[in-house]
Amino acid sequence: MIVPLTHVLILAAILFCLGLGCVLAWSSNVIMLLIGIEIMLNAAMLVFVGGSCQWGMADGQVFALMIIAMTSAEVSLALALVVYLHRRRKTVDVDAFRELRDNETKP
Amino acid sequence: METYLFYILAFITVVTTVLAICEKHPVHAIVYLVTSFFALASIFYLLSAPLVAMFEIIIYAGAVMVLFMFVIMILDLGHPEQVERPGLFYWLPAVFLVEIILFSLVLMLSVHSGVSVKPPAVTVHDFAVTLFTRYGVAIEIISMQLLFAVVGALYLGRRRKI
Repeated sequence: MIVPLTHVLILAAILFCLGLGCVLAWSSNVIMLLIGIEIMLNAAMLVFVGGSCQWGMADGQVFALMIIAMTSAEVSLALALVVYLHRRRKTVDVDAFRELRDNETKP
Repeated sequence: METYLFYILAFITVVTTVLAICEKHPVHAIVYLVTSFFALASIFYLLSAPLVAMFEIIIYAGAVMVLFMFVIMILDLGHPEQVERPGLFYWLPAVFLVEIILFSLVLMLSVHSGVSVKPPAVTVHDFAVTLFTRYGVAIEIISMQLLFAVVGALYLGRRRKI
């Protein structure tokens, strides 16, 4: 271990909080919201890899690989949803999608 | 030497992530984020996880970010003059909540002094053996999940009469 595990965890905490702030603040753009989720998942991966390095077990790296696979599946579905919603309303603002009912007569 | 490299790379990661979050132009934000992921991949390499570092570069910086870029180009969102940043009303509660969470996390972590053991470094061989023997079922689940994602994306993305 080249640095104490605490420093790795603090870096991961900072990255996670930056992603959380991005998700909380950018409600006007779905793309930026998804970017915030990516940053948070990267922080989680950093924790797994740091733990794997600290205790010399490969399990943490396996879980990092699983997070990568999960993220790629999630991003492909989410971006398909973004394209679908943009076709319906011509916007990526989250606040524009607030109706549950499929009411086409009302704008 | 490697210790200093870790701190430099951590600084680059945090700064480029902050720039990506505050950027108005989505394409610039993606490019900053790719820089951040490259620095993070170098950190993974320093933490003796070369395979994860490679996957980070290939899948995250290579595939996922390019997917984002494609969607931005398809939907024609690359006009920064039409997009406004979220106002102070959105930033203030976000920054406040994040400050509280970050402060409590750092406080909790700094109280906890880690034990300094010297474990053997994880090699790629160890990683592969663990992946394909102990977590063999997980590989199957991941492949099913990716298949479902492909089917779902095709279903959502097809052209239909709205």
